[in-house]
Amino acid sequence: MVSQSLPQAGAFGEHAQSAPWLERAHEWVVTVDHKRIGLMYITYSLLMLVVGGVEATLMRIQLAVPDAHFVSPQVFNVLFTMHGTTMIFFVTMPILFGFANYLVPLMIGARDMAFPRLNAFSFWMMAFGGLLLYFSFVGGSGLYGAGSAPDVGWWAYAPLTAKAFSRGHSTDYWTLALLVSGIGSIGTAINLVATILCMRCRGMTLGKMPLLPWLNLVMAGMVLAGISPLTAAQLMLCIDRYLGGHFFDTQAGGSAVIWMHFFWIFGHPEVYILVIPAFAFASEIIPVFSRKAIFGYPIMVAASVAIAFISFSVWAHHMFAVGMPSYGNAFFVLTSMLVGVPTGIKIFNWLGTMWGGKIIFATPMLFCIGFVFQFLIGGLTGIMVAAAPFDWQLTDSYFVVAHFHYIIVGAILFTIFAAFYYWYPKITGRMMSETLGKWHFWLFLIGFHLTFDFMHIPGILGMPRRIYTYLPGRGWGIWNMIVTIGVFFQIVAVAIFVVNLIRSYYRGEPASNDPWDAWTLEWSASSPPPAYNFAVLPEVKSRRPLWDLKHPEDPDWKYE
Amino acid sequence: MRRKKEPHLAFPSLMITLSSIPSAVAASLVIHVRPSTPSIFAPASTPADEIYRLAIFVLAICMGIFVIVGGLLIYATFKFRLRGKDDGREPAQIYGSNQVELAWTVIPVLIVVVLFLTTARVIHSVEDARAPAGAIEVTVVAHQWWWEFRYPQYGVVAVNELHVPVSNPGDSTPTYLTLLSADVDHSFWVPQLAGKTDIIPNRVNHTWIDPQSIGVYLGQCAMYCGTQHANMLLRVYVESRADFARWIHQQRATAAADPPGEDPAVAAGRRVFETTACVNCHTIRGTIADGRFGPDLTHLMSRETLGAGVVPNTPENLRRWVKNPDAIKPGCDMPAMNLSPQQLTDLISYLETLR
Amino acid sequence: MSAIPAPISSPEREWSLPSRGKTGMLNLILAESAIFTIFVISYIFYLGKSLSGPTPVEILHVPILDTICLLSSSLTIHFAVAALRRGKSKAFLFWWGATLALGLKFIEGTAADWYQMIYRENFSIKTNLFGTTYYSLVGLHASHVTVGLIGLSLVFLLALAGKVKQQHAERCEVFSLYWHFVDAVWVVVFTVVYLVGR
Ligand code: HEA
Ligand code: HEA
Ligand code: HEC
Ligand code: CUA
Ligand SMILES: [Cu+2]
Repeated sequence: MVSQSLPQAGAFGEHAQSAPWLERAHEWVVTVDHKRIGLMYITYSLLMLVVGGVEATLMRIQLAVPDAHFVSPQVFNVLFTMHGTTMIFFVTMPILFGFANYLVPLMIGARDMAFPRLNAFSFWMMAFGGLLLYFSFVGGSGLYGAGSAPDVGWWAYAPLTAKAFSRGHSTDYWTLALLVSGIGSIGTAINLVATILCMRCRGMTLGKMPLLPWLNLVMAGMVLAGISPLTAAQLMLCIDRYLGGHFFDTQAGGSAVIWMHFFWIFGHPEVYILVIPAFAFASEIIPVFSRKAIFGYPIMVAASVAIAFISFSVWAHHMFAVGMPSYGNAFFVLTSMLVGVPTGIKIFNWLGTMWGGKIIFATPMLFCIGFVFQFLIGGLTGIMVAAAPFDWQLTDSYFVVAHFHYIIVGAILFTIFAAFYYWYPKITGRMMSETLGKWHFWLFLIGFHLTFDFMHIPGILGMPRRIYTYLPGRGWGIWNMIVTIGVFFQIVAVAIFVVNLIRSYYRGEPASNDPWDAWTLEWSASSPPPAYNFAVLPEVKSRRPLWDLKHPEDPDWKYE
Repeated sequence: MRRKKEPHLAFPSLMITLSSIPSAVAASLVIHVRPSTPSIFAPASTPADEIYRLAIFVLAICMGIFVIVGGLLIYATFKFRLRGKDDGREPAQIYGSNQVELAWTVIPVLIVVVLFLTTARVIHSVEDARAPAGAIEVTVVAHQWWWEFRYPQYGVVAVNELHVPVSNPGDSTPTYLTLLSADVDHSFWVPQLAGKTDIIPNRVNHTWIDPQSIGVYLGQCAMYCGTQHANMLLRVYVESRADFARWIHQQRATAAADPPGEDPAVAAGRRVFETTACVNCHTIRGTIADGRFGPDLTHLMSRETLGAGVVPNTPENLRRWVKNPDAIKPGCDMPAMNLSPQQLTDLISYLETLR
Repeated sequence: MSAIPAPISSPEREWSLPSRGKTGMLNLILAESAIFTIFVISYIFYLGKSLSGPTPVEILHVPILDTICLLSSSLTIHFAVAALRRGKSKAFLFWWGATLALGLKFIEGTAADWYQMIYRENFSIKTNLFGTTYYSLVGLHASHVTVGLIGLSLVFLLALAGKVKQQHAERCEVFSLYWHFVDAVWVVVFTVVYLVGR
């Protein structure tokens, strides 16, 4: 192997290290470098994760015992609205965009995104949207009416959002925040598609592109077709609230149901927008720690595309109880269950990748195994709620809350943690502590299962969601108590993770360029990569260019 | 090739944790259901019962998939872990296999077909059912945080507590409900009797129940509808036919406007009621009070609970409620009327005559 | 493990990728189409559902002249780009200016129509469901035309100053994609609002 070292000016910049903080901050604010923008997305989301987590914790304390008086109903309603909105739009979406921003150009051998300034613009739109949402705590009904943040739930069903039922401005902040951050998301998606289609290095045909860029391409396409309906619906809501329109005004003949359709035409693809990048992380990490090529690469790509397409025809499975005619319900049952087929294919291919491998239980891999396992369960509860009559019982109950947290926390958050442990050495040039990582994993696993396994039960016992309290004697108390206890394990775990992130930055073991012995292009850049990523743009012959380099006797391109 | 060896102490605990989950799920299915727990697995009426059977079927299939796929995952994790004595060579690189891919596409498709057909059958039988001749009709009007039940066949209006006759096999008297909303979205849910049906303004929805055993069934509004969504509780009294007929008879009576030989405190209470804003929001049939915003109070004392089920209907609770509803149901739509203690006492003695 | 070398690039093999500008614009168009679809759906959904008058037949005049203007501007911008590609700046200026003028005529027509309806006939976005959906859909389109006009004028001014050269043909073409899209949307809006909806 020939060694050729690259200049070591990192994403943090040598010059930046010594400059005064104001100048450094200024550099970050005006940056158009995809790596810095990616890191800003990630940092922002982590802060928001803590905010959303604190909101969840407050809710769980209130619900731990029947008839509690920890928070008032008004506050509780604000809490779940803000928790849901924050977690979906200002934690999961941006953190995934952040990783996409950081990794995609590196993995396709490019020096930056296609439109660096659009990239910065999109980030700031999203960031501003989040601030707008939280500003409602102060400005929700004028300064002296503080504390009136939105309380309409994250779907904001009409006519609860109409002026008559939502006075003041809290709903306005909600709708504007999503409108603004939605524009940011569309910008990022345009950028990702253009980058992936137009900036690949020599030799990287679509069939030789690693799965992470591939799945992010699918995700970006879904954002374009999926977030836009939300943007349209928010525009209509603004027209109703500011200009006196009647789109969702039931008193003037408007329809409450059409808002539901518009919201879920966005809302369902949205959940796959969140999960597909999670699949992407798993598809990179599982092969490396099983020491095998991904099993069934073309099928993995095809399955992801199939999921994307089918997921645009299943939205009304969130509306089984609104009184659709029976053939309508049956149609959405069929499409929803069909999504299980390509999704299953993905699970089986990950299994196929591990099969016959040599699995190394480093922290990223632990999180990925947890992901596959929990995603399996979350997917199967999805099939249960997709059986419409069963869903007439389960919808709007804690069973649904458990279903989606199982996927969002148990699958998506797990892969995000895996991604942190896996790419941290690339980003900072230092390894994260494995000991703290193991603590983080086990505590989070225990906390997760205590919270979200037992959350299914009150749903089955008839407990609706979004209730701030419940009467004793219904048999829900004990389960809610267990659920709440689990949250405290999660808090400790997340705190350990944060400590690990910070500590390792200063004291972590220095990382080589390729600490995991991996195969994709980002590991050929230095750690951290220089601002221009690659001194010489690489050229690839297969999906695993570094494998080819390390095994000249048995390169991949002979087989693909 | 450097490869760090990981300690495997963690591994046994992984196995233990993972295997505890199915047992937790299973526990939820067999837990002893107390009569006051509105469990969906204790059905007492036709739609709920059909759903229950479908649920068991779907659960069984999902359990099967879980055991097989989850089992394979655990097996693979264990079997193919990097062992202590390792030759340091990469394992055989396998890129895929079309036969295997085909197999794990076709089998799930078949499972989906079976699930879909079973589900579609239940959807059809619940949603497309027609009301038989003997059916009771009730119009449900959901209001922000209380329920109104109108019986057009009997000219009766009840609040928060739905009374229906038990339905015997062979001679069934199911109840067909027409669902309307006075303000925002709500959802009608009594888990042991039927699944949810949303109640949406500017739209007419339908559902039905066919309860087979006498008793009180608990439910509540299941669609977020604002501040007091949590306390929009619902009770269904399934009664013998005779009891139901008695109840209808009693509910039909109107309150006397000025009965002779009335207790002076009651008369004073009625004056308080009639001269306060109460009449703008409440109806007491037979008096001048004909407000529609709040619940009908004509037979207030025939109800077991107050404020859509938040508290039992006792004299102290009634007093607390009228004095300051917010103390019991914070954020509800009835204001405190700032009555003096004397007025309050009189008013309560009057309200207690509303049987 | 030592630093892994970046594989050396071999310039012999040819390697071509789609243009960034066009890809970006097509993506934007995809997103915009989704937005318009939702507005069109709600227009159609609410047809005839207004609780009070006026109805579309009573109040809408079919803007035939404006439609002709807008649609022909697609042709003129096409000619403009073709001219620029061949380096003919004069012809470019002429066709580009024509596009701008036709677009302005269109927006003037809409503005006059709206003025008439809002101030003379008392028909506004608040009047009924028809008003809400009509002004939103047509207004959404008009705002896209306006954005296009701003872009057109900027390029026009630059061209007057002699700053637009042959090498900018690619960018002008990307912009023309947007303009074609706005025209295509008008065909849909026109069909839905003035043909089907009346
Ligand atoms: C974020 C990710 C995410 C993902 C990936 C999914 C995946 C799925 N979801 Fe979930 N869902 C949510 C997030 C997600 N969901 C959220 C946030 C909500 C609630 C929003 C709210 O109300 O606030 C929700 C709500 C929700 C509902 C509405 C419930 C209700 O409100 O009444 C339904 C109903 O059909 C549903 C179904 C499904 C199905 C069928 C899948 C499928 O994609 C699952 C497919 C996976 C598998 C099936 C497992 C693996 C497959 C195999 C091993 C193959 C063999 C299997 C078979 C043949 C069946 N989901
Ligand atoms: C990305 C999505 C996401 C994530 C990650 C989560 C994470 C969690 N969620 Fe949430 N949730 C939603 C999305 C999400 N949720 C949505 C969409 C809804 C529906 C809202 C609606 O109905 O409108 C919802 C609703 C919802 C409810 C139902 C509310 C109701 O219906 O009344 C509950 C109740 O238990 C809940 C709980 C939790 C818990 C305990 C976590 C935990 O996993 C959180 C764990 C994280 C932390 C606990 C943060 C840890 C950090 C600290 C506190 C450490 C601080 C210390 C230092 C820094 C040193 N969520
Ligand atoms: C502004 C309208 C309004 C006024 C005025 C009003 N009420 Fe009410 N009342 C309501 C509403 C709304 C409810 C239902 C509250 C709920 O359950 O959320 C209610 C509920 C009640 C109940 C409980 C009914 C039940 O079955 O649960 C009683 C009793 C009652 N009101 C008595 C009174 C009396 C006595 C007065 C006058 C002193 C009065 N109300 C004035 C609106 C009003
Ligand atoms: Cu009514 Cu919730
Ligand atoms: Cu969905």
